[in-house]
Amino acid sequence: MTLDATVTSSHLNDSAGVITLDNLSVTFGGRPILKNLNGDLRGRAIGLLGPNGAGKTTLIHTLLGFHQPSAGTARILGSDIRGDANQIKSLIGYMPERDSFISKMSCIHFVRFMAELSGLPPRAALERAHEALFFVGLGEARYRNVDTFSLGMKQLAKLAQAIVHGPRLIFLDEPTNGLDPPARQRMIKMIREIRDSRQANIVLSSHLLRDVEECCEEILILKDGRLVVYCNLEEERKANKKFLMLETRGDLKSFVAGIGSMGCECAMTSDHRLKIILQDGTKIRDLYKLAAGSQVQIRRLTYKRDSLEDIFLKAMENGIVSEARP
Amino acid sequence: MAVLERSYKRYTGALSPEWSRFLIIPRHAFRDVFRSKLFTGFYALSFMAPLVFAILIYLRHNTEALAIMRLNVVNVLPIDATFFLTFVEIQGWIGFFLALLVGPQQVARDLTNNGLPLYLCRPFSRSEYVVGKMSIVILLLSTITWVPGLILFLLQSYLEGWSWFSQNIPIASAIFLGSLVWILLLALLTQTISAWVKWRLAASAGLIGLFFIPSVFAAILNEMLATHWGNLLSLGSLIRNVWAGLFGTFVQQVGQVQQVRRGEIIREAWVTEPPLWASWLVLFLICALCLWLLSRKVKAYEVVK
Repeated sequence: MTLDATVTSSHLNDSAGVITLDNLSVTFGGRPILKNLNGDLRGRAIGLLGPNGAGKTTLIHTLLGFHQPSAGTARILGSDIRGDANQIKSLIGYMPERDSFISKMSCIHFVRFMAELSGLPPRAALERAHEALFFVGLGEARYRNVDTFSLGMKQLAKLAQAIVHGPRLIFLDEPTNGLDPPARQRMIKMIREIRDSRQANIVLSSHLLRDVEECCEEILILKDGRLVVYCNLEEERKANKKFLMLETRGDLKSFVAGIGSMGCECAMTSDHRLKIILQDGTKIRDLYKLAAGSQVQIRRLTYKRDSLEDIFLKAMENGIVSEARP
Repeated sequence: MAVLERSYKRYTGALSPEWSRFLIIPRHAFRDVFRSKLFTGFYALSFMAPLVFAILIYLRHNTEALAIMRLNVVNVLPIDATFFLTFVEIQGWIGFFLALLVGPQQVARDLTNNGLPLYLCRPFSRSEYVVGKMSIVILLLSTITWVPGLILFLLQSYLEGWSWFSQNIPIASAIFLGSLVWILLLALLTQTISAWVKWRLAASAGLIGLFFIPSVFAAILNEMLATHWGNLLSLGSLIRNVWAGLFGTFVQQVGQVQQVRRGEIIREAWVTEPPLWASWLVLFLICALCLWLLSRKVKAYEVVK
């Protein structure tokens, strides 16, 4: 008797979010680690950020069914983690943070073994193992024992075992840990390729903001086990229009004084460049009027976008939940 | 996801039945263990005893051969419960050494390199993992214990006749049950030690120690207290009693002690083996303890308090 993967997954609710957190709380030994997490994550690539000890890995482990929630629940692709753990596990791939492999096994054997444990028949598992190893760039080293691999190669082998069974959702826990810059770039490129294939959603947990910035559309920031920010990265960047960069020509003295009288803060970075922080209620049109009155040409006006670092630091300072639906 | 395309693609093919997935572990493990020439050689040698026993059964029924060799095997070696009990004992102890070669590395290998999360993040439960690991020892030892034992029983039945078969069915069930109890005990002990002692050599030494050190204590206790209740500490004695019980050769009174003063016997007492239920109970408790210890260790991640 064989099961068809398409049939198994077809009854899953596709309209549901990728991950839905419903008052999810996790407690270890009486100490709360995750506190009432709520959210409906729908992005193709979701970045999970937070300082060390914020609960990122605990959240992933709970979603994988390694820890039981103490209260609330979560749904992955429409299935509840409390009741449908096995069904969920058949749809996900997981790349752990720490070194994880089986010693004295060749890489191809290791990845094939993992594919078989995911339910693939032996022949299909072997085929997919070869393909996955070529995809991650370990094609030439696939008959070597995993024990003999460098740290970067072990990371790639971990990625190969996470994707070999073609999951719908892939959890990547610190995938670029210990990688040199070229290897890191390769890893980021592969994650983006998987994301852009639209065949799988990705949850990327990292403390490296750059990795998340390069790969993810949505971010979820945890602090002390609480969700402090969940937003669409691009929307969030665009939404912050308070910071302006102006490139001008003409005498700036009266213009700068005029900006000051409007209640805005202003700093000159060079002869013709100004940085302005707008006050609430101040419109860009007012700036143009002021410039016209001061005989100043505004050659370029750009909004200074918040970087992920800005968003992250603000979240760490404020600790307030902000949600911006895509 | 073809090799040359190198792009991510979801798998949409057929899946293996869920109930059979625990067998993936022994299938891959056998591939590894039979790569070792030492193990393969030892495994081949473990079939020597079944071969010798088969020859003895054959000779007993071959009067011409007996006449040529001028042997009186019929009286010297009766084919009865004791004959098969001897077979089970010999193969059981060979099985112990096989388990010693195969068992201690199984769980330790996954634990030393944090391999467990990779198993448990898949549709593969902790119990399937434990059953899969145990089945390596169970399947391997079955091929040298109860399987050849039952073949010998059938050979004897074939040569002796249907009436012998029907009269001695309990022997067949004793071969099967006795071997199975021993195999389960070995499988549980090897996996538990493997889970708690990650270094293979130390795990093997631990397993040997577990069998022989309590036996020494048991012998000392027996000697000091003039009893055999100390045997409850010795795994070897426990399983010997269980086997003897299953084959119907168990004797509870094993000797008599006398207290003599000035040449006169002032007290006499029978030395008795512990009752069979006590041996079964201790074995059951050992198995339960092993399962509990395994459940504590076989986790995706340990939560440190």
